[in-house]
Amino acid sequence: MYDTSDIRKGLKVLMDGNPYNVIEFQFVKPGKGAAFTRTKFKNLLTGAVVERNIRSGEKLEPANVDQRDMQFLYKEAGDLVFMDQTNYEQVTVSADLIGDAVDLMKDNLPVTVLFFNERPVDVSLPTFVFLEITASEPGVKGDTSGNVQKPATVETGATVNVPLFIRVGDTIKIDTRTCEYVERVNKQ
Amino acid sequence: MESVGDRHLATIRFERGDAEVLADPAWQPGDLIVEHEPVPGEGYPGYALVRRYAGPPYPGPSTEVARLPRPRLRALQQRAKALAVTRAYFAEQDFLEVETPLLVRSPGLEIHLDAVPAGGGFLITSPEYQMKRLLAGGLERIFQICKCFRGNEHGPHHSGEFTMIEWYRAGASLDAIIADTEQLVARVVRELTGTTQIPVSGEGRVWETFTCDVAPPWLRMTVREAMQRWAGVDVHGAEPAAELVAKCRAAGIPVDDHAAWDDAFFAAFLARVEPQIAQLDRALILHDWPAPLAALARRTPGDPHTALRFEAYVGGLELANAFDELVDPAEQRARFEDDQRIRRERGRAVYPIDDKLIAALAEGLPPSAGIALGFDRLVMLATGAASIDQVLTFSESEL
Repeated sequence: MYDTSDIRKGLKVLMDGNPYNVIEFQFVKPGKGAAFTRTKFKNLLTGAVVERNIRSGEKLEPANVDQRDMQFLYKEAGDLVFMDQTNYEQVTVSADLIGDAVDLMKDNLPVTVLFFNERPVDVSLPTFVFLEITASEPGVKGDTSGNVQKPATVETGATVNVPLFIRVGDTIKIDTRTCEYVERVNKQ
Repeated sequence: MESVGDRHLATIRFERGDAEVLADPAWQPGDLIVEHEPVPGEGYPGYALVRRYAGPPYPGPSTEVARLPRPRLRALQQRAKALAVTRAYFAEQDFLEVETPLLVRSPGLEIHLDAVPAGGGFLITSPEYQMKRLLAGGLERIFQICKCFRGNEHGPHHSGEFTMIEWYRAGASLDAIIADTEQLVARVVRELTGTTQIPVSGEGRVWETFTCDVAPPWLRMTVREAMQRWAGVDVHGAEPAAELVAKCRAAGIPVDDHAAWDDAFFAAFLARVEPQIAQLDRALILHDWPAPLAALARRTPGDPHTALRFEAYVGGLELANAFDELVDPAEQRARFEDDQRIRRERGRAVYPIDDKLIAALAEGLPPSAGIALGFDRLVMLATGAASIDQVLTFSESEL
């Protein structure tokens, strides 16, 4: 069990059956009143943030969570298979955990998989991925103003809106949180 | 630059903690001091203090002090200056500076404080018991600047070891203590910053320039008025805990079912009142605390539900706590026994009652008023520090 003196950023605790991560905390003590730690917790499953005052003397239950760096191997039906590079252990995760960004995942993509009670419950992708354009209509000449975009297909099969100057063979940077084009990058 | 044999003389100018080598850029602060002199017309700790240093050319590492980062050096200088201004104020007021023991057998019994055990006894959480014995012994105006220790307290405004300024006036009322507080704080802030306007920013405040003025007189408000105005809770002081819980809930403040009286009070106070105090552009004396929060204060004559106690707030920071001292030995013992009972019920360490204090009250403590003011917080205010760690010589995490 943890007490208030253990509270720090990144502490994983169990509340109402859910795993939470401490993201902010502040010690508060009015002159003649009881001390407590005003703490913000982020639900590791839903992302929801809650604030609670933990009184000095109150206990917090540690959450059995583990974050492991893994590599994306392949898709199988609606599931994704990842491998832990340290012990070659493989886990299968439902694609629903990832959302739209699942279409941006290329083989060997490094991810962080969150395990809660030994079960994978969340997958964090890198914020940006770099993918090659495999199909796109050429831009219409003269239509180069402002924010005009066209659809393009990237190597994973996903369709992303890109500026008109992007051509087949270009590599682009995509934000996995929004699944949107960021910029064109020079090929290494 | 002059040379004396194979040693050089260089002049180093210190400006607000910054060491700028005027004569020889190779010289480092902390090289051997042969003489130092303030620049005429400018005083210590000087916005300009010229020192002469001598040593071999291109000297190696020297004293640690001079290598402190600039903000730390400045904080140390400001602390020293604040201490000097404080001592000057009390000397003018004809106070006697005292030093009471830090290691005692009976630390404060206050129910929300943990004393740190040491050497078979405890370190003081405040010097009040021994200072009151000095009052009973006949001293009339005493002050002390000392370290106090409180277990399990660490945060932006708390350190387990901190410095307290505590003073008492026998035969005086809280008005005299309020006047002292206003004068002392205004003077320290003015000496350190050149103004009485303290820039305020931080949690719960609008992120724009706004200042809190510490020039006397400060605003005054009763606790009941503040709770009514800002929390919408009418605190009487005589209501049972359950009734106060109901009042808080009616005002939309979440409180646990079985909350104690003081917990319900502080739930409302912290949620609604403190954020408003933090917005005030002047310092505040919050006075007449409800009887359940009397601590060691005397009840208000004619109103047993409030106590003659005030807290001073500057820029939302609770700076000081004052009592018109309880002098009745029987009531003092009863309150201590109450504190012991509550501590036992809540599973906290139960400290012995200080019988020598009770005996001193029985011998006769004159009507007195006294206050404890957090010195580190005062320096925080005068230096714009966001955390107490920035004004401590070394914070807990640096040990």
